Formats: sequence, structure tokens, C-alpha cells
Amino acid sequence: MDEYGVILTFSTGHAIRTENVLAKAGIETKLIPVPRHLSSDCGSAVRIKQRDRQKALGILAQNAVSIDRYEPL
Amino acid sequence: MVYLDNAATSFPKPQTVPEAIVSFMTRVGANPGRSGHYLSVEAERIRYGTREAIGRLFNHADPQRVVFTANVTAALNLVLFGMVQPGDRVVVTGMEHNSVMRPLRFLEGRGVTVTLVETASDGTVDPQDVASTLDTPARLVCTLHASNVIGTVVPIGEISRICRDRGVPYLVDAAQTAGCVPIDLGKDPIDMLAFTGHKGLLGPTGTGGLVLSPSFDEKLIGPLVYGGTGSRSEQEYQPEFLPDRFESGTCNIAGIAGLSAGLDYILTRGLSEIRAHESGLVHQLIAGLEAMEGVTVYGTSDPKKRTAAVSFRIAGIDNGITARRLSEEFDIMCRPGLHCAPRAHKTIGTFPGGTVRLSIGPFNTEADIDAALSAVAAIAGK
Repeated sequence: MDEYGVILTFSTGHAIRTENVLAKAGIETKLIPVPRHLSSDCGSAVRIKQRDRQKALGILAQNAVSIDRYEPL
Repeated sequence: MVYLDNAATSFPKPQTVPEAIVSFMTRVGANPGRSGHYLSVEAERIRYGTREAIGRLFNHADPQRVVFTANVTAALNLVLFGMVQPGDRVVVTGMEHNSVMRPLRFLEGRGVTVTLVETASDGTVDPQDVASTLDTPARLVCTLHASNVIGTVVPIGEISRICRDRGVPYLVDAAQTAGCVPIDLGKDPIDMLAFTGHKGLLGPTGTGGLVLSPSFDEKLIGPLVYGGTGSRSEQEYQPEFLPDRFESGTCNIAGIAGLSAGLDYILTRGLSEIRAHESGLVHQLIAGLEAMEGVTVYGTSDPKKRTAAVSFRIAGIDNGITARRLSEEFDIMCRPGLHCAPRAHKTIGTFPGGTVRLSIGPFNTEADIDAALSAVAAIAGK
């Protein structure tokens, strides 16, 4: 079974930007409500597969997409 | 009815614009960025997609650096009041709209110095005249991109490079040009571009914004409005990141949905095609007006150096009467007077009487211009 992680961002707009940039690079994403145990923020976060973590974070850095942090689920 | 008041607001809009607003309000309806439920996310996708479309039109890479405001005046006020401090100097041209002049005249009372770059009587700005004002320190250079009175286009590319060389931030008021004249933020180092959504971008009133270049430090501008952004809700302090730093309070998301449709129309039809269409009609209009005895046309007749706002006067006839007769007798909509730009009218020598302005949009036709010319000829002949 796949293991997932979540990219926390500063806002839902940033989450959508994150999702768009990763989708263009062929990385599978899903926008989910921010898990309550990770943040008190009430917006959205981007779920990715844990095995894509390194590639995804590299792509986001290349595209100057700022994120809060990555957390395993 | 012939609508020739597009410089005030464009009309009609593409049919997709009201459709997008109705679709949003009946199908989505939620508050963008305020929750994780799918309707809120859908609203945020619409808002984000509109930021991306603005970026495509202006060749700007980062959608998060597109800040939405209520209109271009709000965007200009955000920069002028958020950035300029007592003791600072601001450089503007002699063609500015009151959206810039009124804030600056108020700020003069707080100890800000305003330097006016005089222009030729046709509104032409010589970039070297801007450069010569920068031998002493300036906080900001702010120019419009085209006159709302006579349509003259300001060489913002050259001015932007001068400002960049001198290290002075440059703010462009694109109220009259966004969606009508090409603007390339990838090529020209314009730090801040203020735009309105309801004119050339063909969206509804109540939309506009500010585009910040990647190299501009947004912390140079303090927010004018503080409050909820849907982000960082655990903090009682304003977020510093964009666009939230400047977007407190629920935005006009229904309007932004309409603006998105307006942008789609422009990007699909093509800005160059719209520009060519309007330029052809401008040529027809100016040639017809200049051929009439007693009619004076202001500004340049070169379509490459102007927008589709054409100002004229009929000798011996009050501009208000001309406008009323155009409306009541000929069903033609125009705008007489000073067009919220007394400074520009002083520059071109038409203060305080003003002019009559006919402003063309992407849906006007040669028949519209023929009708306007016949009407002006009839009024001038009596």
C-alpha cells in the first residue's frame, strides 16, 4: 500500500500553486483539508506519495514555490 | 445605441462574463481560501486561475504576486499610502489622473514632495525628462501608461529601464491600457503595475489589482487594510507573504470569476487583433473629425502612439451640450468635461472647459464610427 505525506503551505492559494506545479511535472497530488494534528490552519494542503517527496520538493524549489513544510502522514 | 465610453468602463462585455458570474454565484458561491471544503477550494481555483491569466497577459511568471483590489484607484492608493513617507519625493507626469494626483496632493500636506515632469501638449513624455528628475533622490516614479483624456501612450519600457538604473521603484497606472496595449513585465523592469478589471480587461466593475515584479521587495509597501485572510489564522499579526499581505477581507470573488472570463476572451481573440481593430476605428474617427470645420482633435493621430480614447471640441459649443445632444438626439454615449484629470487638461490646454471624449472598445464597428461622425457633423453644423 502507498504511503503518503503532505505539503503544508501558507494558504489555499499556495496549495493550488503547489499542486499545479507538481502536476505539470507529472507528480500525483491531491488537495486535502489540512490535517488537524499537523496545523491549526483551516485551509488545504497537498498530499503526495512519500516516494515522490525528494523529487517534489526539488521541483518546488526550482520553481520558487514557497511552502511551509513537508510532513509524513 | 452606440456606446463610445469604453475609457470609463467597457460595454458590452463578452457574454461569457455575466455567465461566469452567474455560474459562480449559483454553482460555487463559497469563500475562497476560507476552508478546505470543495466549494471553497473551487472558489480558490477560480481566483488562482485568474491570477494566472493576468500573468499570461502581462508575461509575469508568479501568480502569487498578483494582488486583487477593488479597482485601480485602490491599487494606486495601496502603493502611494503604503510606501511614501513624509520627506520622500515622488515623480509623476503632467498627464496623471486624479487617482494619482489626489492621493499625492494629500500627501504633500504630510511633507511629501511631488515633482511633475512636463509633457508636450499632445501628452508625449520624453523619458530623458524623467531621468533628469532623478539626479536627486526619489522614493518612487509613478506614471500612467496612457492618458485617459487623449490616449497618448507613455514609453513605460524606457522609463522602467531608467528607473532600474537609478534604483528608484517604478509604479505604472495601466488603467487605460491593460487589455488594449501590450505590456511585457518579462521584458520591461516595471516594479509595480496597477490595473483595473472593468475597462480593457472586459470584467465587471469592482475588480482590479496590483502586479509586483519578482525582484521588488513587497515589504517596502505597508498594508492599508489588515484583517482576515483565511491563512495563518492562529496568528493575530498580518501575514507577510503575498498575496495575503494585501488581501484582507473577503474579496469580490464573483467579480473575479467574471474578470477571468474577460481575460479568456482577450487571450483567445488576441491582444494584437483587438489593438488592430481599435486602431483602425481610431483612424476612421480622427480622420472624420479632423475633416470637419470648427472641430479640434487633441493628441497624436499616430495609432501606434495612442489608445482608442479620442478627445475633441466643437468651436463655440459647450462640451456638455454636445454630449447631451449625442445622447438624447443620436443615442451615442460619450463623456464630456475633465475626465477626473484636471492636470492632463491643464497640460493640453483644455482646462477648465474640458473636451468631449469618444472612446472605442473591441465590439465597436465602422458603422458606429460613421454614426458618431454624422452626429458630430450635425451638431457642429448648427
